[in-house]
Amino acid sequence: MFSIYAIELENIWKVFPGNVQANCDITLRIGEGEVHGLLGENGAGKTTLMNVLYGLLSRTSGTVKIRGKEVNFKSPQDAIRLGIGMVHQHFKLIPIMTVTENVVLGAEPLYANLTANLKYWRPSINPALPTNFRSAEKKILRIAEENGLQIDPYAKIQDLSVGLQQRVELIKILYRDADILILDEPTAVLTPQEVDELFETLETFRKEGKTIILITHKLREPMTICDRITVLRRGELVGTVKRVDTSREQLAEMMVGRPVVFRVAKTPAKPTDTVLSVENLHVQDDRGLPAVRDISFEVKRGEILGLAGVHGNGQDELVEAIWGLRKVHHGEIYIEGERVTKYRPRKMRATGVGYIPQDRQKQGLILDFTTKENLILGGQHEPPFATGPRGFLLNALDITNYSNILVKDFDIRLRDIDEPISTLSGGNQQKVVAARAIGPNPKLLLASHPTRGLDVGATEYIHNVLIRMRDQGVAIFLISADLDEIRNVSDRIAVIFKGELVAIRTPEETDERELGLLMAGEQRAIPSEELTQ
Amino acid sequence: MQIIDVLFWGWIIQATLTLGTPLVLAGLGGMFSERSGVVNIALEGMMLMGAWAAVAASWYTDNPWTGVFAAIISGLILGAVHGVISVKLKGNQIVSGTGIILFAAGFTTLMLWVIWGTAGASGQVITLPEVRVPIIGLVSPLTFAMLALIPICWYLLYRTPFGLRLRAAGEDPSTLDTAGISVENYRMYGVLISGMLAAIAGAQMSIGFGSRFTIGMTAGNGFLALAAMIFGNWNPIGTLFAGLFFGFLQAISYGVQFAPGWEWLIGYSSFINMIPYISVIVALGIIRRSVPPKAIGVPYIKEKQV
Repeated sequence: MFSIYAIELENIWKVFPGNVQANCDITLRIGEGEVHGLLGENGAGKTTLMNVLYGLLSRTSGTVKIRGKEVNFKSPQDAIRLGIGMVHQHFKLIPIMTVTENVVLGAEPLYANLTANLKYWRPSINPALPTNFRSAEKKILRIAEENGLQIDPYAKIQDLSVGLQQRVELIKILYRDADILILDEPTAVLTPQEVDELFETLETFRKEGKTIILITHKLREPMTICDRITVLRRGELVGTVKRVDTSREQLAEMMVGRPVVFRVAKTPAKPTDTVLSVENLHVQDDRGLPAVRDISFEVKRGEILGLAGVHGNGQDELVEAIWGLRKVHHGEIYIEGERVTKYRPRKMRATGVGYIPQDRQKQGLILDFTTKENLILGGQHEPPFATGPRGFLLNALDITNYSNILVKDFDIRLRDIDEPISTLSGGNQQKVVAARAIGPNPKLLLASHPTRGLDVGATEYIHNVLIRMRDQGVAIFLISADLDEIRNVSDRIAVIFKGELVAIRTPEETDERELGLLMAGEQRAIPSEELTQ
Repeated sequence: MQIIDVLFWGWIIQATLTLGTPLVLAGLGGMFSERSGVVNIALEGMMLMGAWAAVAASWYTDNPWTGVFAAIISGLILGAVHGVISVKLKGNQIVSGTGIILFAAGFTTLMLWVIWGTAGASGQVITLPEVRVPIIGLVSPLTFAMLALIPICWYLLYRTPFGLRLRAAGEDPSTLDTAGISVENYRMYGVLISGMLAAIAGAQMSIGFGSRFTIGMTAGNGFLALAAMIFGNWNPIGTLFAGLFFGFLQAISYGVQFAPGWEWLIGYSSFINMIPYISVIVALGIIRRSVPPKAIGVPYIKEKQV
């Protein structure tokens, strides 16, 4: 089909220590100038495969050919030299450094007149010669100009939005003159509008003849932009299909291994009395700047209120303030009429609130503790878990029994509740976090990004748990960056932008485009004909 | 009276420079190591070893410059040990550092016996030729070296590929790795430079303003240097001022014992000797918050399941 293959991966095996097979016998050929989608659930081995190609990981066996020539990369430097560039899912940028410093890292330009004079012993002292930052800045500005990726080379990464950071990553690759681009989940952190912008950029790259590999677990993206799509499942290659010959449903089935229902089955909500009521809340972020401005809303028994917003618009500060982790600057919070503004998390828990924190590994779990210990965290100080005089002993028997019940109820797959929680998969870890929040039968559940980084199966499970709880009369406040999740699960959708609630809608009366505009702060100031296009 | 004042303050400046030099040098060393992501509490041990090596080499050659050279070699060796343990073998950096401190203390004590047959102090050696500066008085050449190193280190750290990569290794090693640069190499460079500078700092203590080696002569100066580096926010200029400030406090605690009009303080000299240490705690704890390199103390393991 292609006259030249840009990349040929033949019989690639990658086995991690502990006999974890991340890639089993994968053979994949990608043509020059092709946009190729690499689709699969989390843990399917997509990123591992690309890291092997990029020289970041060594392969256990198999051959890699670039433009027909067999290669053996020892480090990414070798891959970069052959024109391969990779944008990682978690950006490889150093927040405290400038755009220019980040772009040139590892490929720093020197002063030509200086290096010419020193050419005999140059290579060894090269890095200790002055960097020619001026020429680097010029080149960055030229790349930015040519590709429509406007950027300030002097800005520090920490001051840039996520969309702009991704732009820096793209510039970093172009700076190294790469013509094979690997993008790992590039859209995970972007708003719908930013995604469109990114795809436009990729379209121009395609016209320039660059080869692009797009790693994703979302179905819509490869269907918009890719020529061919390869699906991986549990480290094995399921198949490669042309976009024109396939459908979302077929891809989903290949990815999960069974037919997938896209919409969560749920009945209309029957909200009753108010549980959580937030009034004119003001909260500051870590730097003391206003993060939440004058937010008021209510969550009723038996409904799910979803909060949509681009990461960093105050949603994390809002939920932390409700849970009592962050000081309320101004305003009040009530639970069933009880003023809880100044309650700490322990008291919030006692009042009947459950909390699923946004980052399960950093805030949700203690990775070195056992599953059992993690399941009772937060309740360890009170009966039945605490026993003896002044509750200074742990009641091992009750803890084990309680844990076993939760493990069964939530279908947590593990070998032993006495093993460290770090041995569990991400999905099962998240089930532990959810089980701990839901176990004490709360009136209100704060769920912050409850399915971040989970595969389709685990996501479906968590969604069903949320809806089941709603039907049992729990009030649920769901924060998520995933617009599909918000739209599928919520009964009402609130949109936050720069710390303010810009709209509350029901899923029926809005669409993705409107939500996207609201999240980007553009509201409805746009002429209506443009909206209907 | 005025002449005495000038003499006194000249003496204070001289003492500040003399006592501050090892702190700044070792602090710069600590900075290179920590900027690359490796905690180096072994500074104390490296200084002690450098101090001993400088005296031993001067003793046999009657030339203090070979002493400085020997100190550099000893620092590189200890740096290599710390580097291999904590960078190559991913060992615990604090344990490795503590081990080096204890080793240096034991080894130098033993070598005192072997070379000089004494338990407390070595024989006297020739010191580095001092330079006379108006008003201030005699200044060790290593002090000038230290002052010259500040802009060099700054330039190296902020204006060269080497510095950029070194800082990247300490902030986010996986980013450096992705850029195709070996994290291990740059961390090794950082630790080696660290050992070298700490050992020169030790040489300043033994053959810069003394003329012999005594047991445990660094007396916590390595830790004080570490504090100067933290107080100076892991940057050369900050380290210079912090190191000189601590040196100044030490100078004051000596100076009050003969300063005109301050004789009444002599009875409290033990308390005055505490000033530098107390002020370090106050300075670090209250005055400002420092931001350490992000990936400091964490060994970088490349082949990790992602």
